Amino acid sequence: MSDTPLIDQLETGPWPSFVKDLKRAAARKPSAKDLLRQLDRSYKDKITHWKHGGIVGVLGYGSGIIGRYSDLPDEFPGVEHFHTVRVNQPSAWFYTTQALRDLCAIWDEHGSSVLNVHGSTGDMVFLGTTTDELEPTFAALTAKGWDLGGSGSAMRTPSCCVGKARCEYACYDTMDLCYQSTQNFQFEMHRPSFPYKFKIKCSGCPNDCVAAVARADMSVIGVWKDDIRIDQAAVKAYAGGELKPRAGGTPYAKLDIKADVTDLCPTACMSYDGSKLTIDNKNCNHCMHCIDLMPQALRPGTETGATLLLGSHAPILEGAQMSWVIVPFMAMEAPYDEFMELVGNIHEWWSENGKNRERVGELMLRLGMRNFFKSVGLEAPPQTVRTPRANPFFFWHGEDFEAEAAGRKYIKL
Amino acid sequence: MADRITDIGPPRFDKFLPPVIKDNYGKWKYHEILEPGVLVHVSESGAKVFSVRGGSPRLVTTDFVKELCDVADKFCEGYLRFTSRNNVEFLLTDQSKIAGVKDACKKLGVPIGATGHSVSNIVHTQGWVHCHTPAIDASGIVKAVMDDLFEYFGSHKLPAQVRIALACCLNMCGAVHCSDIAILGIHRTAPKVNHEKLRHLCEIPTTIGACPTGAIRPHPDKSIKSVVVNEERCMYCGNCYTMCPAMPVFDSEKGGVALLVGGKVSNAKTAPMFSKLAVPYLPNNPPRWPEVVQAIRKILIKYAEGANKWERVGEWVERIGWEKFFEVCEIPFTFQHIDDYRWAYDTYRTSMHFKF
Repeated sequence: MSDTPLIDQLETGPWPSFVKDLKRAAARKPSAKDLLRQLDRSYKDKITHWKHGGIVGVLGYGSGIIGRYSDLPDEFPGVEHFHTVRVNQPSAWFYTTQALRDLCAIWDEHGSSVLNVHGSTGDMVFLGTTTDELEPTFAALTAKGWDLGGSGSAMRTPSCCVGKARCEYACYDTMDLCYQSTQNFQFEMHRPSFPYKFKIKCSGCPNDCVAAVARADMSVIGVWKDDIRIDQAAVKAYAGGELKPRAGGTPYAKLDIKADVTDLCPTACMSYDGSKLTIDNKNCNHCMHCIDLMPQALRPGTETGATLLLGSHAPILEGAQMSWVIVPFMAMEAPYDEFMELVGNIHEWWSENGKNRERVGELMLRLGMRNFFKSVGLEAPPQTVRTPRANPFFFWHGEDFEAEAAGRKYIKL
Repeated sequence: MADRITDIGPPRFDKFLPPVIKDNYGKWKYHEILEPGVLVHVSESGAKVFSVRGGSPRLVTTDFVKELCDVADKFCEGYLRFTSRNNVEFLLTDQSKIAGVKDACKKLGVPIGATGHSVSNIVHTQGWVHCHTPAIDASGIVKAVMDDLFEYFGSHKLPAQVRIALACCLNMCGAVHCSDIAILGIHRTAPKVNHEKLRHLCEIPTTIGACPTGAIRPHPDKSIKSVVVNEERCMYCGNCYTMCPAMPVFDSEKGGVALLVGGKVSNAKTAPMFSKLAVPYLPNNPPRWPEVVQAIRKILIKYAEGANKWERVGEWVERIGWEKFFEVCEIPFTFQHIDDYRWAYDTYRTSMHFKF
């Protein structure tokens, strides 16, 4: 009789089974075997059997390792200590098989052979090793050119979409910005000294394939300022059905350019007369719908860069927030001095003013946008708000009166 | 120790890029989806790169990773990548090798799909396999749901793409708050304090400080060196348990699953949206969570039947109205659906724009 009767029921079915896979590691690793046995026990008890606690890590780092212990160590001694190692992934998760085989060899030697490809923040996550193996694992990783990602109240591992490596929509080099940010903030990643976590995610266009707007304190989303590039012959080919909608990824045989594209344009800035597509680019809000539907006919413009949005986090504590626009356009060219300096200024303002476990988005709400913009040295253009305030509770500072006296109508932040 | 290497960061990505991608970096002109799970990207130079996308359980072994490497070594000159939804992509320049990759994936049990109007892989968290605060498992529910929705992974049948995500408690490492369909583990009872254990195991100030709502205070009887929880204020986040193992938040009978729907992150047509509560509670029913699987299938089917072309789940619901969503999906509307948290007013109806 199997000692994992409940999870065995997840071995069948068309989707790949993690149970079937993990049993292979269990056949050679006592830790992986006890992992499955304890998981089966959770399926029976309907509660977790993991404890948090105990500060573990590698020398000099305060992050990258998460301590994990079984609450049933006598029954499942193989997972008495079962710590997580976050390995900082390469930009956009490109690997050579040699690199992956190196990582597998390290984890086969030092850990459970079980891993996440990849974790929620982007790291490759090695699941399960003992305290004694942490330093040897780290030494083996760094010897092969790898390092740990972030955890705790630190800069977390930045991540990015595939960008210019394989996407025609990429408005800036997401992979390079991700790499450079990771390098620039090594100290902040490995030595937690912030009020709480801080994430950077880089998406190349407003389709936002890494969910930057929802999942990063600093969301960097590619955008263009000039005109959408049009291939009129290709537009006709979409209208005629020679080219398939959305690159062929739909149940629909052909596009009705008016019904499917121009009528659904959120700013009604485009029209099609049966042979020519016209776009009033000054009124385009770069939503990507038309480009998504006709990738062979339309492309983002060539004056490209990124919008910076700040503040998103999951619901703890005030309720979930999405990042909001703080810089409508930044050119985003290496070495990204302007970006790095701004992120540094934000860290400084947040570290000085933030309470323990307060995300930067919550601090912005608590202290107000005027305080934020002034403190980090940003202007406040109208693109940063969806609407201006509806209440009359706006207040005047001495500097507003000084600006007025100097003949300027408003203080420009 | 002098030679100890630290703070080197990840390897620079250039060394992992196949030559065709290095040569055409930033020069891509357009792409086509040749069939579900198979893409071609065409460069200004005329060069092409083919990508074959396969699903993975995310929770894997080194054996599995090495098998993927074998495929990439045999067909892709040793190059592969992973996507933001935990799919694997095999990168090819020779179109004639696509069939070989697909065959090899089939042998490994790796399904091909996740392009266009599909249900892509479910982004998810650790659950009972490696987390200390989950209400539910993650990988098991994902397996059960994907087994059921398998036909939608490798096809383009839906009005738009459908992104499903799972977080095993409201801390939401999975950040499911902007997904078309979000599966959320929920605790429904406050932590139970074991005073005897707490005295020995926990620091009282850090335990009190861990509570985001200020629901924990010192025990009124000073001779009992412990804490009490104001159950009215507790939001079941489990942060106190992180600090103090003497106050577990789990209840094997009352914990369960909520479903939220209608979120998105893309800006196409409409702005990004949060997911909203659809089903406040489904039982925690391992190993295959049939109630959760059925509820998700029903929402997906009703969406597929009712949505206009190109409409995401949230766009469909907003167009028909939430009251109609509850009606067509036959989901009872309850007090739990009405927001009474911090920004509740934003969700109340202030117009006559509703339907009977």
